[in-house]
Amino acid sequence: MSEAPRSEYRGQIHQQQKDLMLHWYERLDESARTGNPPAVSLMISGNCIELLEGFGAVPLYPEVNALQLAIRHQSLDPILAAEELGYAADNCAYVKADIGAMIKGITPAGTPLPTPALVLCNFVGCNTYVKWFEHAAEFQGAPLAMLDVPFLRTAEPRAEDIDYVVRQLHEIVRQLEQITGRRFDMDRFREAVRCSARVEEAWSRIKNLARRTPSPFDAYFDAITLMGPLYVYRGSPEGVAFFELALKEMEEKVARGEGIYDQEKFRVVIEGPPPYPFFRSFRDMFATWKATAVASTYSTVGGLWEFGFRHDPDHPFESLALHMLAHNVTNRNYLQRYEQIRRYVEEWDADGIVIHFVKSCRLFSAGQGDMRDYFTRQLGVPTLYIESDLEDPRYFSEAQIKNRMDAFFEALEHSRSIGTLRRGAAALRHPAAGAGNAPVAGERLKILP
Amino acid sequence: MPAATENLIEQCRAIVEDLHLGEVRRWKEQNPGAAAIGYFPVYTPVELIHASGLLPVGLNGAGDRLDLQYADARFGSFICSIVKTTLEMGLTGYLDPLDGMLFSGICDSARNLAFVFERNFPQKYIDFLHLPQNPSSGASASFLKAEYLRLAAQLEKLGGRKLDDDALRASIAVYNENRALLRDLYALRAANPHQVHTSDLYLLQRAGNFLPVETHNTWLSRALADIADRQAKPRDSVRIVIEGSFCEQPPLDLIRLVEEAGCYVLDDDFILGRRWFTEDVPIDGDPLGALAESYLDRSVYSSVRHDFRHRRHKLLVEKVRRLGADAVLFLIAKFCEPAYFDYVLFKRELEAASIPHLLLEFEEKAFTFDRLRTEVETFVESLLFD
Ligand code: SF4
Ligand code: SF4
Repeated sequence: MSEAPRSEYRGQIHQQQKDLMLHWYERLDESARTGNPPAVSLMISGNCIELLEGFGAVPLYPEVNALQLAIRHQSLDPILAAEELGYAADNCAYVKADIGAMIKGITPAGTPLPTPALVLCNFVGCNTYVKWFEHAAEFQGAPLAMLDVPFLRTAEPRAEDIDYVVRQLHEIVRQLEQITGRRFDMDRFREAVRCSARVEEAWSRIKNLARRTPSPFDAYFDAITLMGPLYVYRGSPEGVAFFELALKEMEEKVARGEGIYDQEKFRVVIEGPPPYPFFRSFRDMFATWKATAVASTYSTVGGLWEFGFRHDPDHPFESLALHMLAHNVTNRNYLQRYEQIRRYVEEWDADGIVIHFVKSCRLFSAGQGDMRDYFTRQLGVPTLYIESDLEDPRYFSEAQIKNRMDAFFEALEHSRSIGTLRRGAAALRHPAAGAGNAPVAGERLKILP
Repeated sequence: MPAATENLIEQCRAIVEDLHLGEVRRWKEQNPGAAAIGYFPVYTPVELIHASGLLPVGLNGAGDRLDLQYADARFGSFICSIVKTTLEMGLTGYLDPLDGMLFSGICDSARNLAFVFERNFPQKYIDFLHLPQNPSSGASASFLKAEYLRLAAQLEKLGGRKLDDDALRASIAVYNENRALLRDLYALRAANPHQVHTSDLYLLQRAGNFLPVETHNTWLSRALADIADRQAKPRDSVRIVIEGSFCEQPPLDLIRLVEEAGCYVLDDDFILGRRWFTEDVPIDGDPLGALAESYLDRSVYSSVRHDFRHRRHKLLVEKVRRLGADAVLFLIAKFCEPAYFDYVLFKRELEAASIPHLLLEFEEKAFTFDRLRTEVETFVESLLFD
């Protein structure tokens, strides 16, 4: 099993994806040189890109910059530079890479990045975001604003939550009007929301195609390639064209019965972000076993649409609020994430789960041992737990991860050979358990000593 | 210090170190049927719990008094100790006297912990409060009021009294008194640090996490009177402000060590939630609104509360200047992300203001401190003989 089989589809969308991202960097460059279009920093999680379209502003996503550095094996230097400023070994390395690159003047495309007209902290789940944006604003000398999105602590967002977010969105609009001197264009905003709804429809259909056996694409690795356009262009006609083309290509693959490999052997759900500095080797570890990710939580950071949510041009502000409050993995609570994964196993017909613990990211990782406990002990789903980092190359032990991965898939193969490997609903020992907001309780471990 | 106060502090130490929550059990025996609600640090609106007739119980981890048998497997590497010891306390029955647990979004680990609790303790009421992080917004006060009302409704389901303005005013008043006493003790220490040991003040304060607030008020008044009368001689010391221990608490021996090494602590952020408001919460008018507005506009700064109108690194420097401190000691729990992030801007600002600082990392469960002792001593020497 030394040669990893070919595991990538290259259609038109591949080139188009590159062109779109290149064009984004050109716009950022233009903004850096001329101040036009204005740039606004945003976080990926539950991003409100549509609002920026209402100003003709270009988004600056520090996470995308950070991950680009990691994929190109350029993240260590900026991380070390940040640590010299006082960041701890255990702080999220995304932040360190971004701040370090800022200090050292390193940019993903080599061209300068603009100073944002506003650092807009859309606080959607991740507490680290708040620190990140405070620091970014400080080091860039840019104005800073908070968009506080209440964490989803009830099954559905409450009327008060929606109202709070909507009122803040209006406040941000006024603030951006003052800063940029541009008027907020309501028609353009509504149009962006309409585009988003179409992109979301196409994207959701693509994701649902992964329910097929074989899946026409990998809902982790390939989904990540599509995530750039999803976050930068969701509210624009270019985004619509791109995702409708992607859907068409995927449907054609399904019609031809084409998967990722000549034969799809295993179907897994992946939880957690990828190790970007070792993206290729990590993918190869799955490819070696002809294992496809049929669903992933990471691909729902910016938005969770495969369960039906769409932006609504008739209620643009409210739908932005709903998206940020409830329809992305980061603002949903931990048990709702268990439930999301459970549904993936059941409805996307998976054989098992791979949990990738990422040192940097407590949002994803804190409690993943409990998650594993739920899936293995309570539901009986084969679950692999591995550890590394999404940005810092010092925390990736290739041989160790590969050994564990091989052992996991060998065990699945063995179960299959003796007829005990179950897939989808059958893989869940108690398919009904854990439905809703509160999975069945773990057993009580010990009474007072 | 008079023997009475020494005994009181000894009593506080026993309460703080009692993992079995003996005080809470006693209270429940005396108030049959009434629920006790634990809260994970840093801040929770205790007045609401009190006004419902329930007992708020502040949890600050288990220190070095509990071995981890189960929680490590649930929370894995790179997670601070208090998250694990709190879960361990739950899984091994120590939290049984608590009928509910409140969490808030202080950090990503604590937030996930709330929901891990929900899965593992279905018999308990587990809730998560979203405390607004955008006080600049005109919408945040009404949001917070609604959040408090949501909590009050849940407390009612646990057998609490229906929220009523007069009861809430009374509760606010008794907590105002509690905070005023603590403020006085802190002011006394800042003015005369030789008169009160920080480790004593710490115990006096932390015991309040487990006591009915009325009892705690009595104890604090007694201690305040005794300490104010105390005659002691100042010695050569470095006057410091401690920052970074707002959630997981440093071991008591570490606090003692810092003092023994020659530091007078003028201010600290231990158990910060007990001193959350900078002034009394108003009790005329709408008490729930006053509580919400106080959170937004009259709170201490903290690494887990964000208010872009008032930047924390500026406030730390202001505090150092106002108290006339010589230096800042950062006592940061291992893996505490909010504290470590804030350290970067704190450090930058302190350096710009030429205020020296030392960073020490601790774990609540540590019990030997030789290396830390050397570091503090070296730091103190460098400042004293500068
Ligand atoms: S902690 Fe996780 S979600 Fe937050 S910024 Fe870091 S990688 Fe992103
Ligand atoms: S000690 Fe720090 S990291 Fe740990 S729970 Fe408290 S705030 Fe979070």
